[in-house]
Amino acid sequence: MLEIKNLKASINNRDIIKGLDITIKPGELHAIMGPNGSGKSTLANVLSGKNGYEISGAIQFKGKNLIEIPVDERAQKGIFLAFQYPTEIPGVNTNNFLKTSLNKVRKARGEKELDTLTFLKIVKEKTAELGIDEKILSRQLNVGFSGGEKKKNEILQMKILDPSFTILDETDSGLDIDALKTIANGVNSSRDKMKSFLVITHYQRLLDYIKPDFVHVLSDGKIVKSGGMELAEELEKTGYKKIK
Amino acid sequence: MKNQNINTLEDYKYGFTTDIESVRAPKGLSENSIKFISKMKKEPQWMLDWRLKAFNRLKNLKEPNWQKPKYPKINYQDLYYYSAPKSASEKPKSLDEVDPKLIETYKKLGIPLNEQKRLSGVAVDAVFDSVSVATTYKEELTKKGIIFCSISEAIRNHPDLVRKYLGSVIPLTDHYFATLNSAVFTDGSFVYIPPKVRCPMELSTYFRINASETGQFERTLIIADKGSYVSYLEGCTAPMRDENQLHAANVELVALDDAEIKYSTVQNWYPGDKDGVGGIYNFVTKRGACRGKNSKISWTQVETGSAITWKYPSCILQGDNSVGEFYSIAITNNHQKADTGTKMIHLGKNTKSKIISKGISAGQADNTYRGLVDIGKNASNSRNFTQCDSLLMGNKCGAHTVPYIKNKNSSSTVEHEATTSKINDEQLFYCNQRGMNQEEAVSLIVNGFCKEVLQQLPMEFAVEAQKLVGISLEGSVG
Repeated sequence: MLEIKNLKASINNRDIIKGLDITIKPGELHAIMGPNGSGKSTLANVLSGKNGYEISGAIQFKGKNLIEIPVDERAQKGIFLAFQYPTEIPGVNTNNFLKTSLNKVRKARGEKELDTLTFLKIVKEKTAELGIDEKILSRQLNVGFSGGEKKKNEILQMKILDPSFTILDETDSGLDIDALKTIANGVNSSRDKMKSFLVITHYQRLLDYIKPDFVHVLSDGKIVKSGGMELAEELEKTGYKKIK
Repeated sequence: MKNQNINTLEDYKYGFTTDIESVRAPKGLSENSIKFISKMKKEPQWMLDWRLKAFNRLKNLKEPNWQKPKYPKINYQDLYYYSAPKSASEKPKSLDEVDPKLIETYKKLGIPLNEQKRLSGVAVDAVFDSVSVATTYKEELTKKGIIFCSISEAIRNHPDLVRKYLGSVIPLTDHYFATLNSAVFTDGSFVYIPPKVRCPMELSTYFRINASETGQFERTLIIADKGSYVSYLEGCTAPMRDENQLHAANVELVALDDAEIKYSTVQNWYPGDKDGVGGIYNFVTKRGACRGKNSKISWTQVETGSAITWKYPSCILQGDNSVGEFYSIAITNNHQKADTGTKMIHLGKNTKSKIISKGISAGQADNTYRGLVDIGKNASNSRNFTQCDSLLMGNKCGAHTVPYIKNKNSSSTVEHEATTSKINDEQLFYCNQRGMNQEEAVSLIVNGFCKEVLQQLPMEFAVEAQKLVGISLEGSVG
């Protein structure tokens, strides 16, 4: 699915990622943990194609060189980023935004674009499945949403767009335990043999609900240790300082 | 006729020229050309006298120059003040008699005039250069006592109404461009809604400038008699030319007791090319008088075209409890300039006004909101709320907000809110990450920014306007 080799990324001449390798196979869920400033969000941005980074190394996604592909096309090819801070877009109805987005993705997949009624049916299904209040969809996109609502909205979008590769960028930070379960439930119910996930987090807490296949520790732009769930547990006890 | 259109720009899909034989007034501004216009329109003597009075007054007036967008001096002697398709010199009685070339032109503009294909629920008056060429749904409206025709026809057929109201909101002597219009106005629409009648459909005028070196001087007069309601919409386009063309319109609205007028504009005159060559000078005077108690006038404008837009659709709130509203979207891209806003003059008691202005500036464009809220000393318990939001795209454009507030009554309240923001990279990235390209993202964000205004438009036009907002900003984010 995704193969990253010797990835380096800098912004404004500041090196953030300094030689990173990861291979994620279909069906796998990888967790990346690391302290503040270790390059976790930069990795999420670089993978989704955000402008402004100097990049070297190789990123292959489904056998294609990802670096050359613009953000919107990456999204259409199945890369989804659940944002750490979902931005507010005043005046834009959430339903409308999501429908536009879904139809762009469907069109790229060669599927028929959906009319409003069919779309709303899907929305009803997915909100019920996740236990999310439908009402947030008739509000302006992320405007006045609580922290929990913003994150739930990200997971709902993931459910509806049905991407093959999802990046969760600290989706768990600042959530209460119920919201955390909703997020975990959304991810778990999406997991299958074909879909892969990269879960970026500070804490082990989320990983109690979403069982990762691999855990990587990112420190100062490099992966310093990889392992299974036991690595996350160790980190929770010892903190990041011990691992270097 | 010389065909001067330039085809380098593909973004402006209305830029074509119709090759049609036309009749023109002698070149230049003179008593003779005014007499020519009056004669072509078979006007009564009183109308000609009125025009000549304006012309005499004009000699002592100077063009205003306090506005932000400056423009090269206009040579008024180098313009034609009247141009009409030869085939329309007698206005056709029915659509069957309308020149097929004209029907084809309006079809290309998306305004079908044929009986079968008319916009459902919308009556259209089509004005081509200086004359009205067709008005649809006339009979149906007549049954309700509604008069919807060209101003030229109204001058001949309804002189009492015209004499009573023409110039009663924008006096002959108002200012240079308004007075110029009074002297040389050519065509436009006339609407009269009788007491207690709710106009059953949208009334709409579609203005088209076709001829070159010609100014268009539209004159529109709408009267809503006691307890009546009307919703009126105008649309405008022009061919692409490398000369600047002047459009100096006067629009007067009168609402009597308990009447309501909703006036919407989708202005898409040719904006000039990417380097700022050509385009329309849209210098327009629009003013409504809420003359009766409990009356209401609501202006909605979507201004996306023209090289320079310079207009302040205003409300004079004379009647007690009357309401004035102004909803505006002004989009300027490339080298376009806009200086627009409104005037809310509160004279009656308990009068209310609301101003929502959204200015969007991209490229090297410059966008100014200028507005006056004036609460007179007898306007007790009056209220105004003003909100001006500006959105900037890129770092070469400008946005300015110039509010004037005069409150002479201590029981009245005035509120003003203003924001300036840049379209932000995080919003664009968010939309891109959900599969939308840059242009789709910009269109979505800007439409969101303008939502409060767009939702004021009649349903039939809201969708078109939304698309237009997107198209006007194409290529503005690199």
